[in-house]
Amino acid sequence: MAAHVTTPGSVEPKMWMGGIEPMKASYGKLMMWFFLISDTFTFSALLVAYGYQRFSFPAYQGEFADFTFSNLYWPIPERVYEAVPFLHGMSLPLVFVGIMTFILIASSVTMVLAVEAGHRMDRAAVEKWMLWTILGGFTFLGCQAWEWAHFIHGTESGSVFKVFENGVEVSKTIFGANLIENQYGPAAFADFFFFITGFHGTHVFSGVILNILIFFRAATGLYDKRGSYEMVEKVGLYWHFVDLVWVFVFTFFYLV
Amino acid sequence: MSAVEGMDNAHVDAHEHHHESQNFWQKYIFCEDHKIIAKQYLITGIVWAVIGISMSIIFRIQLGMPDSNLSWLKPVLGGWISDTGKLDPNFYLALVTMHGTIMVFFVLTAGLSGTFSNFLIPLQIGARDMASGFMNMLSYWFFFLASILMFGSLFLQNGPAAGGWVIYPPLSALPQAHPGSGMGMTLWLSSMAFFIVSQLLGGINYITSIINLRTRGMSFDRLPLTIWSFLITAVLGLISFPVLLSSVLLLIMDRHFGTSFYLSDIYINGEALPNVGGSPILFQHLFWFLGHPEVYIVLLPGLGITSEIIATNSRKPIFGYRAMIASMLGIAFLAFIVWAHHMFVTGMNPFLGSVFMFLTLIIAVPSAVKGFNYITTLWKGNIVFTPGMLFSIGLVSLFVSGGLTGIILGNSALDIQLHDTYFVVAHFHLVMGAASAFGLFAGVYHWFPKMFGRMMNPTLGQIHFWFTFVGIYLVFIPMHYVGIAGFPRRYYQFTSYDFTNKFMDMNMFISIAAIFSFLAQFIFLWNFFYSIFKGKRAPMNPWRSNTLEWTTPVEPVHGNWVGEIPAVYRWSYDYSKPGAKEDFIPQNIPYSQTLESNFPHENELIATEKEIEAQNFNDQFNSH
Repeated sequence: MAAHVTTPGSVEPKMWMGGIEPMKASYGKLMMWFFLISDTFTFSALLVAYGYQRFSFPAYQGEFADFTFSNLYWPIPERVYEAVPFLHGMSLPLVFVGIMTFILIASSVTMVLAVEAGHRMDRAAVEKWMLWTILGGFTFLGCQAWEWAHFIHGTESGSVFKVFENGVEVSKTIFGANLIENQYGPAAFADFFFFITGFHGTHVFSGVILNILIFFRAATGLYDKRGSYEMVEKVGLYWHFVDLVWVFVFTFFYLV
Repeated sequence: MSAVEGMDNAHVDAHEHHHESQNFWQKYIFCEDHKIIAKQYLITGIVWAVIGISMSIIFRIQLGMPDSNLSWLKPVLGGWISDTGKLDPNFYLALVTMHGTIMVFFVLTAGLSGTFSNFLIPLQIGARDMASGFMNMLSYWFFFLASILMFGSLFLQNGPAAGGWVIYPPLSALPQAHPGSGMGMTLWLSSMAFFIVSQLLGGINYITSIINLRTRGMSFDRLPLTIWSFLITAVLGLISFPVLLSSVLLLIMDRHFGTSFYLSDIYINGEALPNVGGSPILFQHLFWFLGHPEVYIVLLPGLGITSEIIATNSRKPIFGYRAMIASMLGIAFLAFIVWAHHMFVTGMNPFLGSVFMFLTLIIAVPSAVKGFNYITTLWKGNIVFTPGMLFSIGLVSLFVSGGLTGIILGNSALDIQLHDTYFVVAHFHLVMGAASAFGLFAGVYHWFPKMFGRMMNPTLGQIHFWFTFVGIYLVFIPMHYVGIAGFPRRYYQFTSYDFTNKFMDMNMFISIAAIFSFLAQFIFLWNFFYSIFKGKRAPMNPWRSNTLEWTTPVEPVHGNWVGEIPAVYRWSYDYSKPGAKEDFIPQNIPYSQTLESNFPHENELIATEKEIEAQNFNDQFNSH
């Protein structure tokens, strides 16, 4: 039950008159689009929730150079995300996440090339570009794992916050972050960081799994036999969507 | 060419595949046929409706007759009835919560939309089945899984979820806050997660089928209004349910992983919680972004079904076909930007409240257009009072009378007085609960012959209608007064306040009316199940209706039509056309065969008939 049917007759088909797929899109591709619309709202809800919480906290008022972490205001992202693997002790704000973002966007480019190769029915090229896309996906996930590990582990000195414990205000040194407290700022800061980047990471992970599946099916010649590489295109839509969502996550968590 | 050959082979294979005989499991359980899936949804919905309405009867007895001895319920409710025959107050809250959840989601979303979208979309647009039968099957089984979890929660020792169907935190987020916030809430949240997955699978399928699988000639301006309403409903669900998913996931994090998304500064059971910075209002915003469109997800299919039935049984074209579509689109759009009118008393900035009030009151315009169009369709019609027709007219009545109090509640200044009183309960039970339930009944009575090949007993149907219609008004009109008097929702009993004493007789009256309406539903149940097996055999087109489903065999086969799918040449509302031989002309009759009744512009369309006929590119049986 699918896309391409009998050859159109001599008359030009009327696209919205029924009896035809009006946008020349198969049902599977349409379904992917509608799923993505729906998923957009899942992420929008999370990002709106993040914005709602973030602006219920005051922003840091002083000079950038004097900034210290406190649970009374929202931290400046440049001071939180400034570590890069192997460059211990150096302050390189947003360098690592920039690399991550570049890798993910590059994997979107290779995905486009895979889809284009699919249109040409070039199996070897589809395999090559799918492999690069899968590699890009795994590298991004690996980077995110490192980023999370560093975030959880925290700095050597930690931060001294005043917190309530059993109804009494005490000073406490906090190292790194978990879901209950963190050394960077209010609990909500780490909560949203873990939840939203984690939710996005889950999407990337399922995208990589789908990509592997598509690679496998292309490599075993299923799409040649079927006469269409449309599945590459459908999964490609998902992959681009995941990238696009990252652009928003990146903007809201790291840039503003 | 080899490609062509390959296609021909696939063509033959497809035909062989479709005539394969199926075993019991393929045919009735893991079935991919939209008609069976629709019946699965309908039966599950009916089971849930019986459970959900029974719950309301139990708490109505508690409210109306607080002194009564409920020991006779001990065999069913066990420990929830005390030794002196009193209902456990915590279980009362659980009953209210589960009644709301079951009726809104499991009966009026899954049961109504699931049944009729599945059944009617392929039949009325002229398709062999849904775009993806497999996803359609998954959609039902995810709903079934959600049902199992929700049903299972009824048997927990601490009872099911009890924080109200809106599950506001912090009550729902803290297991130590209430017995119903423990395991019951966990199961509620997991059940809803599966329910959302089911809704998305179903909704994506509905939308795609309507776009891609319309038969030749079925342009969007010839679609029956039922299909328009299912399309818009599916879009609403597609956009709003994921937001509920997000808010539920965050709530699960708060409950089980110590985050502070919704929690802040809480002191409970002598202990100060460490959560700082969260906001319970945030949850309400996210919840009502689903919750308000959900109202229309529940109602719109009923309005679509009603449009179809009222036109058929008035033997008149629907009045204002395009206005009906436009008003549904308007309602759907407005549904997304009015959610905060549920939150006027949360300390919202009064200016923001006035914005939401303004947007809310605009909904009265498209709603009034619909009400007007129904009445003008009925006006001077040759009305046939089938049970389906009675329930459709009943829906219009309930929609109008419930909608009027909506205008009152939409005013933020008035809402501050009426918020969380029985006035609200009465309002939404009329406009969304009973109206949608009437849509469900109307649909079942009207399409029963196509579903089961037999007729329901019309006399019993009419008795069922009058008892239900009268019963519903006897319950909910007095309830408005109780609400104005200040009775708050979700209270276990009203015996300890002076101001409530003089309304106890009215409260008792409401309960008696509720029991009366409840008992009337057994007429329907008996009629429904008896007619499936023993009803009179149905003719092919018992209501002399125009839409395509009535051109299928009495009991549609797999693939719906034997041979080619019919082409469509006209809209579905050619009833009582001047000059025509019959008082209805089905959609698949070309204008070239009805020269005596054509309007001038329709004669011009005769030239396009050959083109339409040739445009047969999406029959699922002809492709691979």
